[in-house]
Amino acid sequence: MTDVPHVPVARRLLANRLFLATCVFCTGLAVCVLAVLIVSIMIDGVHRLSPDFIANFASRKPDQAGIRAPLVGSIWVCTICALTALPVGVGTAIFLEEFAKRGRLTEFIRINISNLSGVPSIVYGIIGLTAFSRFFGWRAGAEPIELGSPDSLLYLRLPFGSSVLAGGLTLALVVLPIVIVASQEAIRAVPNSLRQGALALGSTRWQMVSRLTLPASLPMVMTGAILAMSRAIGEAAPILVLGAPLMVLETPANLMSEFTVLPMQIFNWAERSKASFQEIAAAAIIVQLAVLMSFNALAILVRQRLQTPLQ
Amino acid sequence: MATSAVAAPTSAARGTPIPRSSRDRSERVVKSVLLSFSLLSIVTTFSIVVVLGIEAWEFFTGFPDKPGIGLVPFLTGTEWSPLLGGEQKFGVLPLICGTLLVTVIAGAFALPIGLVTAIFLSEYAPSRLRLVLKSALEVLAGVPTVVYGFFALAVITPALQRFSDAFGTWNALSAGLAVGIMILPIVCSLSEDALRAVPQSLRDGSSALGGTKFDTSVKVVLPAALSGIMASFLLALTRAIGETMIVALAAGSLAQITMNPSNQVQTMTGWIVAIFTGDAQANSVEYASSYAVAATLFLMTLALTLAGTAILKRFREEYE
Repeated sequence: MTDVPHVPVARRLLANRLFLATCVFCTGLAVCVLAVLIVSIMIDGVHRLSPDFIANFASRKPDQAGIRAPLVGSIWVCTICALTALPVGVGTAIFLEEFAKRGRLTEFIRINISNLSGVPSIVYGIIGLTAFSRFFGWRAGAEPIELGSPDSLLYLRLPFGSSVLAGGLTLALVVLPIVIVASQEAIRAVPNSLRQGALALGSTRWQMVSRLTLPASLPMVMTGAILAMSRAIGEAAPILVLGAPLMVLETPANLMSEFTVLPMQIFNWAERSKASFQEIAAAAIIVQLAVLMSFNALAILVRQRLQTPLQ
Repeated sequence: MATSAVAAPTSAARGTPIPRSSRDRSERVVKSVLLSFSLLSIVTTFSIVVVLGIEAWEFFTGFPDKPGIGLVPFLTGTEWSPLLGGEQKFGVLPLICGTLLVTVIAGAFALPIGLVTAIFLSEYAPSRLRLVLKSALEVLAGVPTVVYGFFALAVITPALQRFSDAFGTWNALSAGLAVGIMILPIVCSLSEDALRAVPQSLRDGSSALGGTKFDTSVKVVLPAALSGIMASFLLALTRAIGETMIVALAAGSLAQITMNPSNQVQTMTGWIVAIFTGDAQANSVEYASSYAVAATLFLMTLALTLAGTAILKRFREEYE
């Protein structure tokens, strides 16, 4: 250790203090950015918030425009996304953690999932457009096949086109890696002794998973699921590629309805230079952030309510 | 691990009222359903590669009715002018340059600040302050990117214009800073995880030898967590490269090779947005170009993610 240069104690203490100051400065800067973000959006948009703004459809006149269609559209898309991404994601996590033997296939699936989580959401948009909206060009140019009646909720038209179902499935692709990774972590956190106990009593793997591991990891799985859904509800790029119309004047009636989502509406309004459109964009952002905050609060609540210590 | 065989189900089945054969059958059904769910992720990757590959291939080698652009002119061309009248030029370098400029600005802003904040959170902050700051970062992480795009247009750009007249309505710096704010929580929370994973004994050793908090954090803990921190940087940069809504709102729509942050630029994602919000025909050359650009983008992010995974693997070996 002879090559370590001797630094006087006073200088080292000074470096210590300077570094702490840098730390506080950087952290303060990050907090300030958040404060400026929230305050500036509040100033721009809060006076535009009214019951009418929630209840009205989009309009060319900013004073009469509202967010009814995008708000309901977001709920539809998010529900479809949750109904598809959650079972598939949690199922994948269960398979990888509880059933799969260590081998080439599972290793490949693991690497593949981490790569999928790095794929930009707009690329998922292109895949969703090709796979769900156009069925890879199947029956391009021909009339779509209709299944069921348009009055029913489950009316289907093949291929799906720019429908709310195509939107939900595309977002499911975006959040699937997030759901899988979060559920894997949750399942891994269950103590191994519980598994060994169940197996020793003669339960099969699925009995062990369904009656023990899954209930025990449920709070963490749900927290991850809620955070994944808050990511889905904020995504605009994939919906943009699918081709949500600029102005939607009705709420979805069935899975094949046209739709738009809140982030898309914000994008459309923010793009316009007129000040009044900027203001309603800010107002829509306030609604969007309020929805996200309630998602976050729900996640915290779930974590606290359901968490039973397992040791 | 979960795969450790503890009890063979053969002997256990005797005590259960359900006959073994039916239990085994339902077990097999469940397992194959779960396996098929896992395979969906591989199907997704496969369709990304096939869809982007086929469309990009056509763009390079030629359409039924027109000649293709060619891979080499696409990758080395310095002009991107697909929509202007006259000759269409498809050189992807201006788009890559725009993406890199925005990413570099975002990285220059977010990586140092994020890392220092992470050191503060992990090594200095008292636990209550840490909890408050962590939840503030969680809020920042949950904000949709279109909101940052709005923030760039409504707050950052006007602020920049106060400093200099060079900044127009759209410029790379404003978009880059907004992307930086977006990736800040990623850098921060992942770096903090890496720092906290360093065993306490290393810190104790450093303190016992008379190291100050600064010596301990920067000369002992930081090097020990370096691979995790590098992985967090790569992940954040991957997000910055693929970011769409911020650059679509704030960066502009002129593809050019420039390193001047006050210029407007078009990124790869920005071009894809321009195609899908514009009125390009579904079988035109410029429409197909968006698939070629998306394929380039996919390969870039794939390389970064693989690099991150490789670094993290080394990190894991060090501590287990």
